[in-house]
Amino acid sequence: MENYYDPADLPKFAEIGKEAPELAKKFFDYYGQVFAEGELTEREKALIALAVAHTVQCPYCIDAYTRACLEKGSNLGEMTEALHVVTAIRGGASLVHGMQMRRIAEKISM
Amino acid sequence: MKQEEPRQEPAGSRRSDLPAQDGAFSQSLQGHGLELVRGETHTLQVNVGLLCNQACRHCHLEAGPTRREVMSRATMNDVIAYARRVRFEVIDITGGAPEMVPDIEYLIGELAPLTPRLMLRSNLTALGQEGRERLLELCVRQRVVIVSSFPATNPGQTDSQRGQGVWEQSIAMLRRLNEEGYGIEGSGLELDLVANPAGAFLPTSQQEAERKFKRDLERKFGIVFNHIYTFANMPLGRFRAWLEKSGNYRPYMEKLAQSFNPCTVSGLMCRTLVSVSWDGYLYDCDFNQAEGLPLGGEKIHVAMMPGLPEPGTPIAVGDHCYACTAGSGFT
Ligand code: SF4
Repeated sequence: MENYYDPADLPKFAEIGKEAPELAKKFFDYYGQVFAEGELTEREKALIALAVAHTVQCPYCIDAYTRACLEKGSNLGEMTEALHVVTAIRGGASLVHGMQMRRIAEKISM
Repeated sequence: MKQEEPRQEPAGSRRSDLPAQDGAFSQSLQGHGLELVRGETHTLQVNVGLLCNQACRHCHLEAGPTRREVMSRATMNDVIAYARRVRFEVIDITGGAPEMVPDIEYLIGELAPLTPRLMLRSNLTALGQEGRERLLELCVRQRVVIVSSFPATNPGQTDSQRGQGVWEQSIAMLRRLNEEGYGIEGSGLELDLVANPAGAFLPTSQQEAERKFKRDLERKFGIVFNHIYTFANMPLGRFRAWLEKSGNYRPYMEKLAQSFNPCTVSGLMCRTLVSVSWDGYLYDCDFNQAEGLPLGGEKIHVAMMPGLPEPGTPIAVGDHCYACTAGSGFT
């Protein structure tokens, strides 16, 4: 295999249950429930999933949720804004740890 | 990763053969023990021509500014005479851009008294062109339902499907229609939108689209409308050419075929509609018109049509019909 990632893996995802069907069933049942309409709409959940997919850098999820977002009626503007939300949190999370740096530096500095 | 939805294997065909294999749709019907036949016909769709001021990338008829095919007054008179013989519950005028057809006001004026619901498919930019004020006044006076294409609530996707600048002109025209009373509750003037996806993917549900488009258009632009209809793009005409060129044809056809939903068949519009082409011939729908598949298998002119097609008569189908039966369907 030339690449670690293969788009053909995505539609075969269910095969992951072959060695451990009980666990896979539990996972897929849970997964299905999570994405069903609840307090949040399916469209909103797909937008969250798309954003998170970028932070966990999963190309399969990015592929699946780009399509899912479009098919659930989100537009590219909304999808891009969702990415900025996770990017802001991701960047902010790094930056806010700078407070630790400052605290430690202050403690050991004259 | 998203788990794939359960797939329906059309009987008698391997899934990988589907897009290339003519007749796959018929086999899907047969596999479910279904036949596509007419119910009670109540709608007349009139395609007044292929001339349009836009050349949208998803147009199944390849309409555009260079097309010259428009309905003549003689054919209009044949259509009017048919509508008088039959009395349709709904008459739906489509194109091209019907606004650009020279005798369109005559047709609207004659058809309006013959049906309780006359619809005009407008692309908004043609209706907004200078000199169309009289047509708009006529629509208001005759309580014509205006149905407008409006694919997305953002400019980029709208312009990419329908042409540069279409978004802005469409927003301006929707505001104008609201000012006339269209889409306003209690006005008796109905404004509906049609959203085809801006690409090779399936549409969202009508309910979700309506909720979202209403909220977005009102919040951002103060625009209101009555209903939105979401339809999958037909793998025909200019959209098919784009699918092929962009390498999306096969995956799109596979997606449509995999999403085949037998429950949609009883509600398909071709069961209740007759479609007349700009030159007066009859089809089961506008898509069969694009494919050259006439009603009843042979070209019949509207002037020769005595009444409604008999319930139970078969409907001509092709693999493009998968676009009507995917997911929640095209009803
Ligand atoms: S394209 Fe759709 S409306 Fe036309 S015949 Fe096929 S199923 Fe019916």
